[in-house]
Amino acid sequence: MNPTDATLIELRDAIAEKKVSAVEITRTYLDRIEKHNGALNVYHEVYADRALDRAGQVDLGEVTGALAGVPIAIKDLLCTDYGHTTCSSKMLANFQAPYTATAVRKLEDAGAVILGKTNMDEFAMGSSTENSACGTTLNPWDTSRVPGGSSGGSAAAMAAGLCAASIGTDTGGSIRQPAALCGVVGMKPTYGRISRYGLVAFASSLDQVGPFTRTVADTALLLKIMMGQDALDSTSASVPVPEDVDRVDETPKGFRIGIAKQYMSDANDPAVAAATQQAIQVYKDHGATIVEVDLPHTEYGIPVYYIVATAEASSNLARYDGVHYGHRTDKPGDLIDLYCRSRAEGFGDEVKRRIMLGTYALSSGYYDAYYNRALKVRRLISNDFDTAFESCDAILCPTTTGPAFKIGEMSDDPLSMYLNDVYTVNCNLAGNVGITLPAGTTKVDGRDLPIGVQLLGPAFDEARLLRIARVFEAATDHHRARPPV
Amino acid sequence: MSKAKTITEADVRHVAKLSRLHVSDDEVHHFTEQLAAVLGYIGKLNELDVDGVEPMAHPLELTNVLRPDTERPGMATDSALANAPAKSPPFFKVPKVLGDGPSA
Repeated sequence: MNPTDATLIELRDAIAEKKVSAVEITRTYLDRIEKHNGALNVYHEVYADRALDRAGQVDLGEVTGALAGVPIAIKDLLCTDYGHTTCSSKMLANFQAPYTATAVRKLEDAGAVILGKTNMDEFAMGSSTENSACGTTLNPWDTSRVPGGSSGGSAAAMAAGLCAASIGTDTGGSIRQPAALCGVVGMKPTYGRISRYGLVAFASSLDQVGPFTRTVADTALLLKIMMGQDALDSTSASVPVPEDVDRVDETPKGFRIGIAKQYMSDANDPAVAAATQQAIQVYKDHGATIVEVDLPHTEYGIPVYYIVATAEASSNLARYDGVHYGHRTDKPGDLIDLYCRSRAEGFGDEVKRRIMLGTYALSSGYYDAYYNRALKVRRLISNDFDTAFESCDAILCPTTTGPAFKIGEMSDDPLSMYLNDVYTVNCNLAGNVGITLPAGTTKVDGRDLPIGVQLLGPAFDEARLLRIARVFEAATDHHRARPPV
Repeated sequence: MSKAKTITEADVRHVAKLSRLHVSDDEVHHFTEQLAAVLGYIGKLNELDVDGVEPMAHPLELTNVLRPDTERPGMATDSALANAPAKSPPFFKVPKVLGDGPSA
């Protein structure tokens, strides 16, 4: 077994059966991070000593659990009461959180070894990891290209074998888009499934934590551990987590796959269109009924998202005032000037644009025209899904319109960048479940670039969606493709 | 409904003020162009008739979530101040807010 190419479950089992020590596994990953992190810019901070201590405790039997000894990377906007939590922002460059996020605590309670924090777009605002105060993360498949975003560091870490699993967040596609561009499995659970306590807020009605893994079974295991109601997050859902959510090999009988013409656009790269058609064929061959569904308001998702998400962000980010924590200007005049200069110096351009757009949409005279109208269209988008899920169990569609784009290609063109989320945002607006699966590669400029296919399912139906996802994975070898790292 | 109007430099200055963001003249110019393009795209929402549609602010139909009214430890003062860029324990430090009036 090559530890940096194994699945999380294989590693966990090998450690449990004492075939390999947790310390040895952690050391192997730390060596690999040491070797590749400089070039790829994936980790902000690596907790080598702490990770080795934890791994040692696993080997001594002092730390046990369903994840005992497996090394996991976390996106740098999940708080830990050790190290820094920077959100890739100058604003929080020195911030040390006083507590640990529930999602991370649950992983650690299950015995996971946290390797470090990964790079991202500042405050999770972006689709390329270029909006990071710590520089861009490079795509391990082609280092002239972006890994996607905002959880680009977590996706690249997973693809490059710099962790056995990683954790990200998905507000409009920030797990699924980078997972697709890096060729790994990425899942956004139902809104409210995983506690947001200790997750630095971007858009509170959309943000959701989720995993990056090599396989569907690994994703299911991590969901089983992280999901569940949390007294510390009043928006966490009270719906019980099914005990069998990780039994991904139990294929649902007579399941129906929905295809929506709105996702089969001419804008799709031919390789994306072909991969989606191939996935439809795989499902036909494995007992699924293919049905046509209609999602007529799909094209309104991006405009709704960029009102709702920015409005919520403008409110959430008001807390960065240069007083309580975070960056403070050197030369404040009065108190208002302290706020204005600290924020101007601490935030990057994309964050400023979104705060201003959200403030505008909520401001006097524009609230009804923008914010309230967006909320109404959000309802229409959500209703579309409800209707579609009456006739199918999952909707199959591309995750992105094309493979990873070049670094710098869209970095000063916000609108083009926003359109990257076209196939992912609606799932967040409705609060549903979405997963992306590796679906092959396409050759561009002599390099193989990964492509993803996406399955969208109804809220709280993670168990069934994972089983349907497993059917595709079991029938294909795409999840075994590795970048040249 | 009429087409959404384009954002002007004066609007951007106003919004920057509301957002407590200091912006330079160059930034105002740049942000105005970019936000106008984004708002132009968002104007697409005016194509739809949304009369009578219930706004959806949140995916979960939540009402107030209450916890038992029992005592529990709060964050310690030193912990709350630990990340403060300027402090005078047990206080956060800010520039003078009130003018030099007669002492009370």
